[in-house]
Amino acid sequence: MDNNLFSLFVRSIFVDNMVFSYFLGMCSFLAISKNVKTSFGLGIAVIFVMLITVPANFLINKYLLVEGGLSWLSPALAEVDLSFLSFIMFIAVIAAIVQLVEMIVERYSPSLYSSLGIFLPLIAVNCAIMGASLFMQEREYSTLAEATTFAAGSGIGWCLAIVGMAAIREKLKYSNIPAPLKGLGIAFIITGLMGISFMCFLGIEL
Amino acid sequence: MSQENAKTAETSVPFWKEMFSSKNMKLLTRPFGADNPVTVQVLGICSALAVTAKLQPALVMAISVTVVTAFSNLIISLLRNTIPPRIRIIVQLVVIAALVIVVDQILKAVAYEVSKQLSVFVGLIITNCILMGRLEAFAMANKPWPSFLDGLGNGIGYGMILVVLAFFREIIGSGTLLGYRVIPQSFYEAGYSNNGLFILPPMALILLGIIIWIQRSRNKDLIEKEK
Repeated sequence: MDNNLFSLFVRSIFVDNMVFSYFLGMCSFLAISKNVKTSFGLGIAVIFVMLITVPANFLINKYLLVEGGLSWLSPALAEVDLSFLSFIMFIAVIAAIVQLVEMIVERYSPSLYSSLGIFLPLIAVNCAIMGASLFMQEREYSTLAEATTFAAGSGIGWCLAIVGMAAIREKLKYSNIPAPLKGLGIAFIITGLMGISFMCFLGIEL
Repeated sequence: MSQENAKTAETSVPFWKEMFSSKNMKLLTRPFGADNPVTVQVLGICSALAVTAKLQPALVMAISVTVVTAFSNLIISLLRNTIPPRIRIIVQLVVIAALVIVVDQILKAVAYEVSKQLSVFVGLIITNCILMGRLEAFAMANKPWPSFLDGLGNGIGYGMILVVLAFFREIIGSGTLLGYRVIPQSFYEAGYSNNGLFILPPMALILLGIIIWIQRSRNKDLIEKEK
């Protein structure tokens, strides 16, 4: 069991990397990855929010939305299937939690707030967060531990990707790129090449 | 719409002329090229790449996104004067999520196979930045009909990139189009083989980089300035 969790953790960082194999969170990935420091800040914020939202959505999915999920309330509700509501529930939970996290961080840790502050609202519409919740539902993780491990792994994988990208883009300033390819164009091609290099993790079984 | 009809009655211009005036048509067509959501505004890239290994899911995705952008722009524009600014993000997300649920349910009923292939990416239309971007930038400040056209235009601009990517990836990667074989068998017998790299995700990024390169070489205004 423990071995399983470890394997899931490593897989979600490297093999099923959110950015390189599913292209999730690309918008902020491309917009923010201009220097290492801010992209590290955003990466940490993503890990943090993911670790809260995925387990929360897991519980909501398990005890409210899936067919028979409501049976703990009363046996009469055992046949209610609310899974068509999952999109709206997930996004509402994410938006609410992001708002809440922002308020709590602002109250108790002003220094963390000033470094994460601008990124937190952005995270509500980061597809990686929503994607993690949807993958959690799609792949039918059965326990809370699995969902949390998956969230941690995906968050760390995303953070790793954006920091790596930022490091490359800092060096890129000194290179001579054809003018039409500058900025966005070369960023895409580099992401593609990084994706290819991440493919060497495919097939790793732990 | 009633506002506009009332206005056209006053000025006694036929309402269709007003509705399809050159200003409005520009809203519709600008996103196709010079203001393309994917290659210029850098919005909605996440899903643009993941669903383009085959042409069919790309087409379905393009249509779904176009429908959702057009109608969410229309609805938010109708509501724009009643939404309190502090909670506008939540209101926008709820409208988008409701529309996406409708699209998802229709896809599951009509085209189950494709909806399985798209898997989570239908749900991810909610967090597609094109939607939030257009709602914030356009629909919150404009009348319903121009907003509808703007949404439609951006959806189609996004769809065009998707279809171009999917066309090249499917024809080079699997030698088929929409599932039909287009590269004749005799080519394979002569030693031609499919380029498996095009099926893999990273190739989508590299192809998109090349599309941007071509577009910016033709339209010099889009080249990013040195900072």
